[in-house]
Amino acid sequence: MTDLQSLDIPPGSSHKRPLVVMRNVSKSFSSGTLALSDMSLTVEGGEFVSLLGPSGCGKSTALRIIAGLGDTTTGTIDWPASRINVRGLPEGDISFVFQEPTLMPWQTVFGNVYLPLRLRGVSRAHAADAIMTALDTVGLKDFAKAYPRELSGGMKMRVSIARALVTKPKLLLMDEPFAALDEITRQKLNDDVLKLWRDTGITVIFVTHSVFESAYLANRIVVMKARPGRVHADFPLQTSLERGPLYRASEDYRAACEKVSAALLDAMGGEAMEMH
Amino acid sequence: MSTASPVPTAASAAKNRETLLRILIPILVVVALVVLWQVLVTATGVPQYILPGPGAVAQSLVKDWGTLAPALWVTTQITMAALGLALIGGVGIAIFLIQSKWIETAFYPIAVILQVTPIVAIAPLILIYAPTTQVALLICAFLVAFFPILSNMVQGLKSVDHNLLNLFDLYGASRWQTLIYLKLPASLPYFMTGLRIGGGLSLIAAVVAEFAAGSAGAGSGLAFRLLEAQYRLNIPRLFAALVLLSALGVVIFGITSFIAWLGLHRWHESSVRREN
Repeated sequence: MTDLQSLDIPPGSSHKRPLVVMRNVSKSFSSGTLALSDMSLTVEGGEFVSLLGPSGCGKSTALRIIAGLGDTTTGTIDWPASRINVRGLPEGDISFVFQEPTLMPWQTVFGNVYLPLRLRGVSRAHAADAIMTALDTVGLKDFAKAYPRELSGGMKMRVSIARALVTKPKLLLMDEPFAALDEITRQKLNDDVLKLWRDTGITVIFVTHSVFESAYLANRIVVMKARPGRVHADFPLQTSLERGPLYRASEDYRAACEKVSAALLDAMGGEAMEMH
Repeated sequence: MSTASPVPTAASAAKNRETLLRILIPILVVVALVVLWQVLVTATGVPQYILPGPGAVAQSLVKDWGTLAPALWVTTQITMAALGLALIGGVGIAIFLIQSKWIETAFYPIAVILQVTPIVAIAPLILIYAPTTQVALLICAFLVAFFPILSNMVQGLKSVDHNLLNLFDLYGASRWQTLIYLKLPASLPYFMTGLRIGGGLSLIAAVVAEFAAGSAGAGSGLAFRLLEAQYRLNIPRLFAALVLLSALGVVIFGITSFIAWLGLHRWHESSVRREN
């Protein structure tokens, strides 16, 4: 396991401060289940981190705790580079994309993307530009007036991503966002997220159980181990190629898949692994 | 999503024909039954004080309009006022009940007790306490219509998608914002169900309560006119009063269905017709 603490740069350093620092976080549920045990993770601005692990390893719990959905039992989450609000969260710096699109069916696409701004008290007229820009980013500018039921599964997910982007967050948290989509749509959305990451410099923490997805997207892999959830391996994935169709066919990608797969297998203690 | 302008095609013509049939067939059935009724009455020569024909009923409707119209107006007023109060009370108390588990535990049983007690049994008490008979009728009708609206609203307010609740938490929504932008719209389908049931029940309760009250005189409603016609063996007028009550019920059903359609038709199919 990599020494995570060494990534934690002391204040006053000329180096850019990390975006989020999870220190020795444990989480147990009221049922007594220990979901996370002594988990530490430091994410730098601009990273694309993939949280990977078998089901039940606490990767979604870790993501939710970073987002402030649920408290830690012990340990702390710090935001060295952000201004935090009374709830200890960086106001407007984080956005979350759930596994389901989680749209309000009674609102149009426009209304759904407007939600984060509406909750901040921004008027519809003032928000319109930001909303249309976010919709343009995900290629749904022409569907502003449509209702969610008129959209395909992939399009709904794009609306969900547009809603996450409308506040111009620094950190995008994605909890198995494309797990329910077909392979072609999933690849398309993977490419869209990569483009977004390259174009905006946003930091992404992407939870998945797919070796191929994480090897394709992330420049840093964090493999988690189950019962209780903790970090098992943490390594960068480097390639000279731009991530895209060319990368998907390259030797680099194959090697990355093998490396990630080996780390996951190791985390599962050699249990037979289901490949997705 | 197709944005093509509506062009009359074979398919849309077939749809129009179906819509026309949907309206025509029920009307034809009713007309046929009325004709059959008249034929039977004429053929068997049954006396009018036992079963008047539709012609005699229509005649009575015209002749007694001076007595029946004010009674219809009184019943309409009581029904509508009771429904209105039940809507305000039902929604208001439902919002109050969901504020905390303990509030619900404490107060919900009282609402259930009020509901399960037969209204006719409380009517004499209400008649004693209420300042006028009209107010007593209003209270009775309110008590009956109120509960389905309350229970549907409580159910609706509590059935909000947990991920959407998480999303609202994530964006720091206040209790008030969560209620206005999420819980109330999400419970609209439940509200509409309550409205339709409550609309029908408030008319039934207005009639039953008037039977129980045995009110008489100028300010009385259709139920009294019905009883009065029975005492006088004026069966055609009894039927006329019955026809007016049915008509009132149909109008209430039509209005509540239309309101439900207005509120839901654009998005609620989502919860009826599922993809996947």
